[in-house]
Amino acid sequence: MIALANVAFYEPWWVQIIKAIVIFGVIFAVLPIIIVYERKLLGRFQGRYGPNRVGPYGLMQPLAEIVKFAVKEPFRPTTSVASLFRIAPMIGIVTAVASLAIIPFGDVQHIFGQEVGLYGIDVSIGVLYVFALSGISFYGIMLGGWASGSKYSFLGAMRGAAQLISYEVSQGLSLVGVLITAGTLSLTGIVHAQAGMWYFIPQIVGFLIFMTASFAETNRAPFDLVEADAELVGGYFTEYGGTAFVAYLFAEYTNMIVVAGIATTVFLGGWLMPFGIHPPGWVDPFVVLAKMFLVITFFIWVRATLPRLRYDQLMSFGWKILLPLATLNLLVTAIIVVG
Amino acid sequence: MSPYDPGDVVEVIRAPAAGPVAGAYRVFGETLRGLKTTFARVVEGPVTIQYPEEKTPVYPRFRGRHKLHKFEDTGLEKCVGCSLCAAACPADCIRVVAAENTPENRVSAGERYAAVYEINLSRCIFCGYCEIACPFDAITMGHDYELSDYTRSDLIFTKEMLLEVAVERTPLRMEGE
Repeated sequence: MIALANVAFYEPWWVQIIKAIVIFGVIFAVLPIIIVYERKLLGRFQGRYGPNRVGPYGLMQPLAEIVKFAVKEPFRPTTSVASLFRIAPMIGIVTAVASLAIIPFGDVQHIFGQEVGLYGIDVSIGVLYVFALSGISFYGIMLGGWASGSKYSFLGAMRGAAQLISYEVSQGLSLVGVLITAGTLSLTGIVHAQAGMWYFIPQIVGFLIFMTASFAETNRAPFDLVEADAELVGGYFTEYGGTAFVAYLFAEYTNMIVVAGIATTVFLGGWLMPFGIHPPGWVDPFVVLAKMFLVITFFIWVRATLPRLRYDQLMSFGWKILLPLATLNLLVTAIIVVG
Repeated sequence: MSPYDPGDVVEVIRAPAAGPVAGAYRVFGETLRGLKTTFARVVEGPVTIQYPEEKTPVYPRFRGRHKLHKFEDTGLEKCVGCSLCAAACPADCIRVVAAENTPENRVSAGERYAAVYEINLSRCIFCGYCEIACPFDAITMGHDYELSDYTRSDLIFTKEMLLEVAVERTPLRMEGE
């Protein structure tokens, strides 16, 4: 039996399947809520109501949107490459959902006499898993843009991919500071190491760099020139309609949830509550979800506030400012912790 | 070179570039100021008026759909069919055909009355010139602006439709509001 990854402990296969279904179900149920929450909050920031006609306070809006997109005609430009055109949204959404597996929603609990960790899996490589999957998610964007057979989609995909790889380096380096302080790569280990003080206080620079790089990673404002909803049509997903468009939309929001989950776990203390309150085990997922909710509110707040960065400003910011800052942060952390 | 002909090379004098500390303060300070501004919008509340449940109150001089008037005491129409309003209308959308008042059929207070009085509301520009031109105060601009209809021929309002007392659906703006 090949040991593929070091796991903290093994649960039986049926528990893992149930956990996968539960996590997937919860996040997919939360996703439409986040979509309508973003639209309403964006409206409030701009001095207007969000959507408020569809259901009570507009809460059925995502249902109306999904139905609208589902009944649209699935078309494909004749100059596109058919197989890649269809696979690209799938790659995006699969990698985004697969990254949900390592976000820890709680500690190891005893449910019905079985030890269950409230997360998908707790590999010893932890955060590296997310970066590997986000590296694969570039394929979704690149293939989507190139296989559309349109020059402008291709250009948008190229710029999007360049933006993603530029900011991924800073994102990773900002996390290494936390890894040095915690001493472990596994995410549950990092949460346990924050029992004294959550890491966003000593690692404030790393936290800010991670949040900034995450805006670029998820193509959110102010780094959203790839989609630029008011100016371009859609960059790499211009030629997509109907359910494929929904797949890209879901992939973007799921990426946002994943990044919020990583930020919560690594910097904001995961399921730990402040002031040393120790709630019973089943409260932990709600604490994590509440913190992720706060991070997502911050994402939406920044989207409502900042203007979009131009492409050359974006690239120079990523390489000339953020990367040296992340390296400096790493250097100082290493000197303080190890030296 | 004179200011009117800067030549081929123009030297632009810029402010000195911000150092690292000033640059970092500018980035974070201005970002935080922007965040505070948008949060202030949330606290202020939305400024949207939820039409059709709420409607913007109109001023008393608002030029909406026209109304023809009658005398209160005698019930006779004020309009005598002089068609000064049709002459004044820039969009040429009023059609007046006058007829003689007979002793049996006395409609208006003068010698003639308007037998046919039609305003084509799809051509009307709601300028109010007809109201200014009328010497008898027979036609005024009311406050109704909800005039959508399904066919163009239904938008030609006849005298009867203009005469009848309108349902006031638009709130009037009170003094000092």
